[in-house]
Amino acid sequence: MQRIGVFICWCGSNIAATVDVERVAEIMKSEPGVVYSANYQYMCSENGQQLIKQAIKEHNLTGIVVGACSPRMHEATFRKAAEAAGLNPYMVEIANIREHCSWIHKDMEEATEKAVVLVRTAIAKVKLNAPLTAGESPVVKRALVIGGGIAGIQAALDIADAGFEVDIVEKNATIGGRMAQLDKTFPTLDCSACILTPKMVDCAQHEKIDILSYSEIEDVKGFVGNFSVTIRKKARYVDETKCTGCKICMEKCPSKKGLNTFNMGLNTRPAIHIPFAQAIPNVAVIDPEQCIKLKTGKCGICQKFCGVGAIDYEQKDTFIERQYGAIVVATGFKPISLESFNEYGYDDNKDVITSLELERLMNAAGPTNGVLLRPSDGEHPKVITFIQCVGSRDTSGCGKPYCSKVCCMYTAKHAMLIREKYPDTEVHVFYIDVRTPGKNYDEFFRRAVEQYGVDYIKGMVGKVYNENGKLMVQGSNLIDNEQVTIESDLVVLAAAIEPEPSVRKIATLLTASIDTNNFLTESHAKLRPVESPTAGVYLAGMCQGPKDIPETVSQASACAAKVIGLLVKDKLKTNPCVATPDEMMCNGCSQCANVCAYGAITYIDKEFRLGGGKTEVRRVASVNPAVCQGCGACTVTCPSGAMDLKGFSSKQIMSEVEAICKK
Amino acid sequence: MKDVEMKMLERAKALLGSGEVARVIGWKKGEFYFDPVPASFESVEELSDFVYNGFCGANLSKYLIQMSKKEGKTAIFLKPCDSYSFNQLVKEHRIVRENIHVIAIECQGKLDIEKIKAQGVSAVTEVEEDGDTVKVSSLYGETTLNKEDILLVKCATCKSKTHQAKDEEIVLHEMPESKNNRFDEVEKLEAMTETERFAFWKLQLQKCIRCNACRNVCPACSCIKCVFDNPASGIAAKANDSEFEEKLFHIIRAFHVAGRCTDCGECSRVCPQNIPLHLLNRKFIKDIDGLYGEYQAGETAEGKTPLTSYTEGDKEPNDVVDGEAK
Ligand SMILES: Cc1cc2nc3c(=O)[nH]c(=O)nc-3n(C[C@H](O)[C@H](O)[C@H](O)COP(=O)(O)OP(=O)(O)OC[C@H]3O[C@@H](n4cnc5c(N)ncnc54)[C@H](O)[C@@H]3O)c2cc1C
Ligand code: SF4
Ligand code: SF4
Ligand code: SF4
Ligand code: SF4
Ligand code: SF4
Repeated sequence: MQRIGVFICWCGSNIAATVDVERVAEIMKSEPGVVYSANYQYMCSENGQQLIKQAIKEHNLTGIVVGACSPRMHEATFRKAAEAAGLNPYMVEIANIREHCSWIHKDMEEATEKAVVLVRTAIAKVKLNAPLTAGESPVVKRALVIGGGIAGIQAALDIADAGFEVDIVEKNATIGGRMAQLDKTFPTLDCSACILTPKMVDCAQHEKIDILSYSEIEDVKGFVGNFSVTIRKKARYVDETKCTGCKICMEKCPSKKGLNTFNMGLNTRPAIHIPFAQAIPNVAVIDPEQCIKLKTGKCGICQKFCGVGAIDYEQKDTFIERQYGAIVVATGFKPISLESFNEYGYDDNKDVITSLELERLMNAAGPTNGVLLRPSDGEHPKVITFIQCVGSRDTSGCGKPYCSKVCCMYTAKHAMLIREKYPDTEVHVFYIDVRTPGKNYDEFFRRAVEQYGVDYIKGMVGKVYNENGKLMVQGSNLIDNEQVTIESDLVVLAAAIEPEPSVRKIATLLTASIDTNNFLTESHAKLRPVESPTAGVYLAGMCQGPKDIPETVSQASACAAKVIGLLVKDKLKTNPCVATPDEMMCNGCSQCANVCAYGAITYIDKEFRLGGGKTEVRRVASVNPAVCQGCGACTVTCPSGAMDLKGFSSKQIMSEVEAICKK
Repeated sequence: MKDVEMKMLERAKALLGSGEVARVIGWKKGEFYFDPVPASFESVEELSDFVYNGFCGANLSKYLIQMSKKEGKTAIFLKPCDSYSFNQLVKEHRIVRENIHVIAIECQGKLDIEKIKAQGVSAVTEVEEDGDTVKVSSLYGETTLNKEDILLVKCATCKSKTHQAKDEEIVLHEMPESKNNRFDEVEKLEAMTETERFAFWKLQLQKCIRCNACRNVCPACSCIKCVFDNPASGIAAKANDSEFEEKLFHIIRAFHVAGRCTDCGECSRVCPQNIPLHLLNRKFIKDIDGLYGEYQAGETAEGKTPLTSYTEGDKEPNDVVDGEAK
């Protein structure tokens, strides 16, 4: 005979203000199988847990239902309490009467009625629960960092300094990310390269760090503590172990007309190239789209001149498979495409540029050696107009609804640096709001206005057009309530940022969630901001949301702390809610294995007795419980229902549905 | 057609005679000329009943699940459309390719006896196909009918005349091109309003007597223990006891075979109530094509299937509005 205990939580007023908790607890007393029912202000508190433990012991409970907040909050808490009282932790069910009920309803009568149904549903399920025991799995003491921007670099350095092996997988030919492209950085205006490149060098020299540049994640299997990752090392046509970075190849290559992507396409580069002087690894790469030898079979000049024989036109993509205990995603961002913003004339006018392009134009290692010259004719621009919020805070559908967060600060930076270096230049900034909270940030912005005389105009720009070689910026000045047209030589657009698009694939491979803007979602916005909801996957930098370098670095170090906390453990408890096939019913059709994202399902040939002394060998599914994550994908794929999930069996789910539908 | 039948018989005799195969799966004479039935022949003597004519519409591939488990090699005659089901079964590991010898045979489109009867011809004793027409002999004389008018539904919308699997081939005449018209009827359904469509299916499914013939014949429905035969599944029922039950069976079955149904048309062919079941499955096929790219189940015996694999180009559920990809 089952003896179920029901515990209804008030959650202070969170639940009790909308749900009549006493009534719910009272009604549950007469549910079949329920022998004890109580309500309490805070079930998760020490006293609340005590109440549960005592009831389990006194009433010999065989299962309990806690009507409280989401199981994501406190399922673990209540399972622990049950275990402490001698009840198997998997005999605990949570009825979510907060997020699913009190928070979304206003009417007490209705909410109470619904809470009753939710608790009954959990009772129906717990009656079919069976005690489960968690297994253990070992932890691979190596971390993977995806993306070698400042976020990835910082996380890798911190993890490696704690003594763990780290691999950085970077899709570009060098690590460094966007920060390597920046000129000076707010709020202190130190040169970006001067603070970044030493960290890049540290990574290269660290004995625990392995940089896999020009590489991408191909496949991910496994789970926290035991990820198995296939990495594609793209053919760079240069042997990394031989190239010394002498650059003779770059000099001799006859195909010099490729767009220099590191300089945002503002100048050209040879087919064989090293992205920038301080690149790590300092190894050349051939752009196969541009290389004459790779396209036509003729040329081979670089190979002739390379003193160490590093050039290898036959190189192919190679695949490496490695095991990791933890994964940090740090795939960063890109500025949005401006094709939906014709009004700013970006496509038609060479002198309408993005802020990231301006960074390159002002950078000493950039296409103009740091002299600010406009792209069209190489003249010094005398009037420069900045337009902020291009595609940010845009609910029209053309841009992004969010604030890109860094544009107000970098625009103030750009304006200030230009006024400092070229005091005869007139600088205007169109803005919607200036948002510069943060230590020394507002002071920074004020310096631009007060000390450097930058003309800030509150208002939006309607149109940028070319009139006799001048860029006419037409906008409104909301403070003076008038239309203004500024005749400019250069227009700089603070284009919104968006997550690097390849993050979608990464998120899918990792089963990590992303929001509607493609930013990776954290496990809890406030309390678990660097963890993804997928155990063992952590988030650092712009891939999780807009942020500047100080924030990125803090988040990366926080990730590292979490990773180290995981990797120091020798073993992890595994989830016992795993799939199991009923071999008697399994067709061996492989559909379940096809959908299993974790690679938990394999096949065995098994002999079955047919009666009458006959046997038959059949191919049947077999689930590795250490690998299965209990996602349930296989159970819904299996047509005959041979696959079922412990703790979430089809029977249990159907009994819940029935409890909900029953009047 | 007679020459094809002769050639097939000759090959069957040779294969059995030499002991190369232990059995041949084909068709044998039924009670009447127009109802040949699938059969397994284990000796040259048994072949005296062998037949291949315009009424051999049945898809033989599913028989391989049981037959090919037996000792020795199994030979089977497959029409082009049957070869898709064959591949699908190999893909799902339901049969072992190596144990089977596939003889790809010619098909000029198979005939529907009900349609012939509807043309006023009964007691058919023989048919002779001649291009677009068919000479039908019956106890009452001879009639020439338009072939178009008497083809099985599945053959009127034949998807391909290319065999997708074969070890040898018996094709003596050119086979008519397929017409690529199989989604026409689905489009008509799509053009209906929701209410009209619901009414259409309600009317159709009401006729179902739950004989299970559609499931039993379906090569995709090859489960060792079907949910509808398993009391533990909670949905097993032997009869349609409510309107909901009528639809439940067909909707569940359609979902189970989605992405696996080769559109062999057998379900509709065998349904004693003439329910156009193939339309349900074709709608799924059309949607899958639209959402995940053109896909024909059974075209190959390997590779990924759209509903159990992920590609970056896959449409997200929220990209689908009113059954169409945004
Ligand atoms: C114009 C401009 C000026 C700025 N100025 C400042 C400033 O002055 N001060 C400041 O604090 N901040 C500034 N920022 C913000 C700063 O650039 C970011 O905060 C910082 O670069 C974020 O670092 P990250 O590592 O998260 O991303 P990124 O720098 O974008 O690095 C991501 C890395 O991951 C790699 N990657 C991406 N996808 C994959 C994949 N699928 N597989 C493998 N590798 C991948 C990328 O190639 C890249 O190397 C500025 C931004 C802009 C646009
Ligand atoms: S529940 Fe099934 S699909 Fe999910 S991880 Fe386990 S075996 Fe794989
Ligand atoms: S999907 Fe079902 S029937 Fe097919 S192999 Fe998996 S468990 Fe077996
Ligand atoms: S559902 Fe019908 S058309 Fe599809 S494979 Fe089965 S029998 Fe053939
Ligand atoms: S209806 Fe479903 S469970 Fe039954 S045989 Fe067909 S695919 Fe298998
Ligand atoms: S063959 Fe026709 S009548 Fe029989 S179960 Fe299928 S749909 Fe119903």
